[in-house]
Amino acid sequence: MSGTHVSTTINGDAVEYVCDVEETLLDVLRNRLGLTGAKEGCSTGDCGACSVTVDGRLTCSCLMLAVEAEGHEIGTIEGVANGSELHPIQQKILDHAALQCGVCTPGVVVAVKALLEKNPDPTETEVRYWLAGNLCRCTGYDKIIRAVMDAASEMRGS
Amino acid sequence: MTHSSDFNAEKASNLKVIGTRPARPDGVDKVTGRARFGADMNLPGQLVGRILRSPHPHAIIKSIDTSAAEALDGVKAVVTRDDFAENPDNHAVLCNVMAREKALYEGHTVAAVAASTATIARKALKLINVDYEPLPHVTDVDAAMQPDAPVLHDTIFTSGVDPVPTIPSNIVARCEFGHGDVEAGFAKADIIVERELKTAATHQGYIEPHACVASVSTDGMSELWCCTQGHFDDRKICAALLGIDVSRLRVTASEIGGGFGGKTTVFIEPVALALSRKAGRPVKIVMSREEVFKASGPTASTSMRVKIGVTNDGRMTACDGEFRLQGGAFEGSPFDSAAMTAFACYDLENVKSVAFDVVVNRPKGAAYRAPGAPMSVYGVESVVDEVALKIGMDPIEFRLKNAVRDGSQSSYGPKFGPNGLVETLEAAKAHPQYKTPLGPNQGRGIASGFWFNYGGETCSNLNINADGTVTLAVGTPDIGGSRASMCMMAAEELGIPYDSVRATVVDTGALGFNEGSYGSRVTYASGLAIINAAQQAITEMCKRASMMWDIPADAVTWEDGYAKPSGANAGEFEPMSLAEIAAIAANTGGPIAGHREHNADSAGISFGTHIVDTEVDPETGRVDVLRYTVIQDAGKAIHPDYVEGQFQGGAVQGIGWALNEEYIYGDDGKLQNAGFLDYRVPVASDLPMIDTVIVEVPNPGHPYGVRGVGETGIVPPLAAVANSVSAAAGVRLSELPMSPPRVLKAMDDAKQAAE
Repeated sequence: MSGTHVSTTINGDAVEYVCDVEETLLDVLRNRLGLTGAKEGCSTGDCGACSVTVDGRLTCSCLMLAVEAEGHEIGTIEGVANGSELHPIQQKILDHAALQCGVCTPGVVVAVKALLEKNPDPTETEVRYWLAGNLCRCTGYDKIIRAVMDAASEMRGS
Repeated sequence: MTHSSDFNAEKASNLKVIGTRPARPDGVDKVTGRARFGADMNLPGQLVGRILRSPHPHAIIKSIDTSAAEALDGVKAVVTRDDFAENPDNHAVLCNVMAREKALYEGHTVAAVAASTATIARKALKLINVDYEPLPHVTDVDAAMQPDAPVLHDTIFTSGVDPVPTIPSNIVARCEFGHGDVEAGFAKADIIVERELKTAATHQGYIEPHACVASVSTDGMSELWCCTQGHFDDRKICAALLGIDVSRLRVTASEIGGGFGGKTTVFIEPVALALSRKAGRPVKIVMSREEVFKASGPTASTSMRVKIGVTNDGRMTACDGEFRLQGGAFEGSPFDSAAMTAFACYDLENVKSVAFDVVVNRPKGAAYRAPGAPMSVYGVESVVDEVALKIGMDPIEFRLKNAVRDGSQSSYGPKFGPNGLVETLEAAKAHPQYKTPLGPNQGRGIASGFWFNYGGETCSNLNINADGTVTLAVGTPDIGGSRASMCMMAAEELGIPYDSVRATVVDTGALGFNEGSYGSRVTYASGLAIINAAQQAITEMCKRASMMWDIPADAVTWEDGYAKPSGANAGEFEPMSLAEIAAIAANTGGPIAGHREHNADSAGISFGTHIVDTEVDPETGRVDVLRYTVIQDAGKAIHPDYVEGQFQGGAVQGIGWALNEEYIYGDDGKLQNAGFLDYRVPVASDLPMIDTVIVEVPNPGHPYGVRGVGETGIVPPLAAVANSVSAAAGVRLSELPMSPPRVLKAMDDAKQAAE
């Protein structure tokens, strides 16, 4: 095997893996590390179901090679909740019934967390444009947008 | 005991859990990424399965040479048509799953490999040598109906026409519905409008591609783990295609990442089973998005003619429609339901609705939310809008004047019972959106729609646990929160808290046959089975209490979670709670459970009315949806959040269908936009909030009055958006999608015609 060794950090933990150079970060997360929370909906960066953060920046893990993770900090859906305590956006998605099938939900959660870290007080329009890269086919987005606005408001303490 | 599905007004007005909005039991797993969907399952020693697909839209497969692929290191099995026996009962499904004499569309499965890695599997596909003889192709429904069109199957002789043709064609069948004399009706009309309209083929667009893992043991015991709307259906068809006893195939439904009808059939599952059988190891197949577009089951494109006659005072005198639907390369487009639903909103003396099922060189269609109805209703509601405009009548008043009511003769056969069409129209008229003034380049559209809602074969279990909690075994995959509704209905009947009940979607070994999660049937049909199972368990619990009290079983009643003596003569005993009865079940006869199977005709018809405001950019033809309201009869909303969610999701899929979504074929018969970049589903920034109004006219065939709600929401939006855009653009649009170039051209043409 001519695999490449990679040392990286995932959800705060040091992780090492060996991968083929053609494998995407999503492939490695799902197939080698058992982190199946990120989903492959398109493999072309259009649906956002594979969303992760790389050094805090929202990224489609299907568009990044796994070898590129060397030395970076990766955040996945599995690291969003603090132990058994849900992140406010996770709780608000439940409260607002802002999911039906739930397959886009991990990507939405990761994307919204990244948004609210950058912009704690987004307008509805800002939320809609930020989430334009996360396709949801079930909900029509209405309840997702409401959940995000509510989570942002709660996190601001208002 | 007797099981009643009749509406119980007293019960329906005293519900405690039904109508509340608790969090769903699978919610935490879904927001933390823990929920396991189709592609998240892995088995030890599993191989990677990959599929070789036809690059030609229509070709004879002269030979397939797999020897080089089989010789490649790491390849464990290759399958082709030779690995699937002829199966006359399931001919179309079999031929779609694995091409036989001909490849009938670009993307048609021709062979498949199982290898130790994805890289080896990909290399192996390139080593399979298929000798094709390309044939002329046809992808357009109207072109396919022409006498000189390339014929896909020499076995199709149009049914439903007399005499049956002697030469084969692409027209599979003709159907006709209606009553009265349309010619006589048109003679009474003051105004007649007749139009030709078209809709493009669209895809359900579920975010999760099809995925499965199959494992066939050397003794023939087989397991299949897949994302599906109906695992019992999958078991039935896979067993038939592979010649496996039904008892030897166990199918487990994963969490499902959207289906909308598209996961009601099999594509990769029989192939994975065949590969696993040959390789002697588990095989996993996951479709790419491109494969989903090219080789799963999109919906029909249509071409239609609609003619409506009205009097000047707004009474429809005759309706006549012809609907032509292509369902891909095999029979089975939803032509019949298109014809049946087209005029279903109207109480008509004279109506005729004809439809054709046509085959073309495209993937075999699957169901998509209210199959057939959005398209035919788009045609009809567009013309209804036009006639109302012509006689100067408000579109809601026009619909109210002609709407079906309780007892109306339907356009497709039966008489309607109590239904909520008039209530949705009245609610639309009263809605603030309908009274809001519009600005320049803005328009408002109204449309109504109908769907049957299906009942079907269903079977559920309810188990009372020793600690006083309850577990439900359900056979219909949860595609939108149905486990929550099941728990609510059980809690309601038993008189215990919602949190004490948990529902599991069990595998095919654990229950009798269940039809899948389609036809808007789950909350109705599985829910009714749960309600009846709870009633059976209550009867048993009353019996157990009567044994403790040493009084006759019929002297015990169930109230708010407690068994109680039915009156003073029954004796004086402290009521026993469910938990108390459950705790001593071992001493009173063993475990307590309820079970129910049934086959319901219908989940209760439903109607909806949508209001949409749009704005058209006169320079580019781009359409913005400004405001949208869905009003629909749910009969009784079990969990209103998820009812609203169905309304909103259906409306937005309809908006996509109306404005963006389209299967685009080139002259070469190949799909040009097999990805989410070019096949554009609505994104969050395209849309406003989607308002909802839940109308509740009880279904007489359900104790709480529940009607199916999942599908009706996609029926009106194509027409509602078209009517709105036509008003905003000042010209009637008659082809979907109303993409910017098409809208701009219509406006330019109208301007030129006026000059």
